[in-house]
Amino acid sequence: MAIFLTKESKVIVQGMTGSEGQKHTRRMLASGTNIVGGVNPRKAGQKVDFDGQEIPVFGTVKEAIEATGADVTVIFVPEKFTKDAVIEAIDAEIPLAVVITEGIAVHDTASFWAHAQAKGNKTRIIGPNCPGLITPGQSNAGIIPSDITKPGRIGLVSKSGTLTYQMMYELRDIGFSSCVGIGGDPIIGTTHIDCLKAFQDDPDTDLIVMIGEIGGDAEERAAAYIKEHVTKPVVGYVAGFTAPEGKTMGHAGAIVSGSSGTAQAKKEALEAAGVKVGKTPSETARLARAALNG
Amino acid sequence: MDLFEYQARDLFAKHGVPVLGGEVIDTPEAAREVAERLGGRVVVKAQVKTGGRGKAGGVKLADDPADAVEKATAILGMDIKGHTVHKVMLAQTADIAEEYYVSFLLDRANRTFLAMASVEGGMEIEEVAATKPEALAKVPVDANEGVTDAKAREIIEAAKFPAELHDQLVEVLKSLWTVFIKEDALLVEVNPLAKTPEGKVLAIDGKVSLDENARFRQPEHEALEDKAAANPLEAAAKAKGLNYVKLDGEVGIIGNGAGLVMSTLDVVAYAGEKHGNVKPANFLDIGGGASAEVMANGLEIILGDPDVKSVFVNVFGGITACDAVANGIVQALELLKSKGEDVNKPLVVRLDGNNAELGRTILTDANHPLVQQVDTMDGAAERAAELAAK
Repeated sequence: MAIFLTKESKVIVQGMTGSEGQKHTRRMLASGTNIVGGVNPRKAGQKVDFDGQEIPVFGTVKEAIEATGADVTVIFVPEKFTKDAVIEAIDAEIPLAVVITEGIAVHDTASFWAHAQAKGNKTRIIGPNCPGLITPGQSNAGIIPSDITKPGRIGLVSKSGTLTYQMMYELRDIGFSSCVGIGGDPIIGTTHIDCLKAFQDDPDTDLIVMIGEIGGDAEERAAAYIKEHVTKPVVGYVAGFTAPEGKTMGHAGAIVSGSSGTAQAKKEALEAAGVKVGKTPSETARLARAALNG
Repeated sequence: MDLFEYQARDLFAKHGVPVLGGEVIDTPEAAREVAERLGGRVVVKAQVKTGGRGKAGGVKLADDPADAVEKATAILGMDIKGHTVHKVMLAQTADIAEEYYVSFLLDRANRTFLAMASVEGGMEIEEVAATKPEALAKVPVDANEGVTDAKAREIIEAAKFPAELHDQLVEVLKSLWTVFIKEDALLVEVNPLAKTPEGKVLAIDGKVSLDENARFRQPEHEALEDKAAANPLEAAAKAKGLNYVKLDGEVGIIGNGAGLVMSTLDVVAYAGEKHGNVKPANFLDIGGGASAEVMANGLEIILGDPDVKSVFVNVFGGITACDAVANGIVQALELLKSKGEDVNKPLVVRLDGNNAELGRTILTDANHPLVQQVDTMDGAAERAAELAAK
């Protein structure tokens, strides 16, 4: 078991023929992902060779699903076209859409999210502006390096890509059930809470590590959820204690506005919910080890 | 990107939100002609991106063009909460019977847009929300359905606006929504939205914040940037396509990935508590690629910051391999030297992840006198803080 992605997952790539799409399709294939097709209306019917493995290109997501039974799409199309690509995936009712593209206008994300709701929320959206998710040893949908860690019993959910990698590396000897990078944009599809719920229900996850950062109140809401619904141990980390007010720190959503969205407030909310919060990534890893051994 | 009031006024006018005539100037002499054009009697308003300018004396009524020059002279150059006033807007005046509040904004928690409206306008809306929350109506707006007549009436009724203004307010809200959508705004706010004694509704003051990620379809927004106010290092970094924020410490930071860099700032600040309270000097995310050229550009910016005493390069090789990063550092230092840059600050480098061993070996073999390696993030932060405190 794992969350959202397993070795049974059949993955297609929207934007597979572009340079980023090709590079990461090759990497995903190398890490064992069952990639069954790509989507590009201008190259439908062609095949792309990835080191001897021929992957067919379909004209639409719907055609790709009909031909292959795909249930996951990973989206690499440029930011100008991402909204249309996600809406196409939603209309095709694919169960999981992982949106890697960064720099998407917030109005576009709000629009495809509203569209997903109007269509009955049949597609789980992860991202945008995220590294995707990996279930080590089974499947990898996105750009997370597959060789950092091994299968294990920690579930990881994070707003940040490189902090995800750092944490996977710190705890690589223990291993992970699934690692989900939800992205740091102001509006994202899958939230900390969605992942906490899934990890709580996943029999193969014993401990949850949750990484947050400044901006918004997602961590505070996650803390409230943990208090009510999560019985597994949760260890947390929040980045951005030293971020000044009113400055965007890299991620579009990472901004302290007035007195809201601060790392301190998030840490306090998590601790009040019984979550042990590390001061640094390394300390967080130590807390995770202690929680597993305790 | 937050706009000045006059820029917000111009966008309101462009999309049909009722506003008073107004023009921006940056010299007192220009006030005479503009005031004459606007009818003589004007309000002179400091253009600063902060609240509380009225209390600070940044808004003054001028009776005639000569008085406008006098008032502009007094306000230009004034300091309001650390913001120097470089521009003033001269605006027509109106009699105001009542002051209201309306805005559209992003509701991150509910992943949608939100309308806020109140008959209690004119003061900071945070104050209304804190003291009279029942007076602040909040109505979700679906991103794809937008503000229809029916949605506008829902907002108007929720805020309990006077009945005789409803038809007028429907048009104002629809126009304001047009600003929000067409300009890719994250916030459009009118405060106060005034009712004149004759019953006309006017946007007297407003705030607009624009989404910089929408720049690909909003080429005109670049001209709205306040380039003069940008920190020179931030401006230089932006010109090189670097994601850089100037802070007020002594340890220069370069890292890959926004989250890791934010975390690096924190770890350096903790380490600094033991070393003369040194703090991070900047945020700089060089992204996944971390090529020699990007590394050189980043180092050039950071070494050009006179506040920087030491530099911490913190890279976790995910997609990027650490040997490529190490080569990037070595080449960057050579590149800067060949450009005649004075490279004289110690660099603490921490490489971990993909091909870390190889990367470390490359740096060891290069044996650059300014480069030191520490294998852990916490240890490297400690060392960089110690060097900066010397």
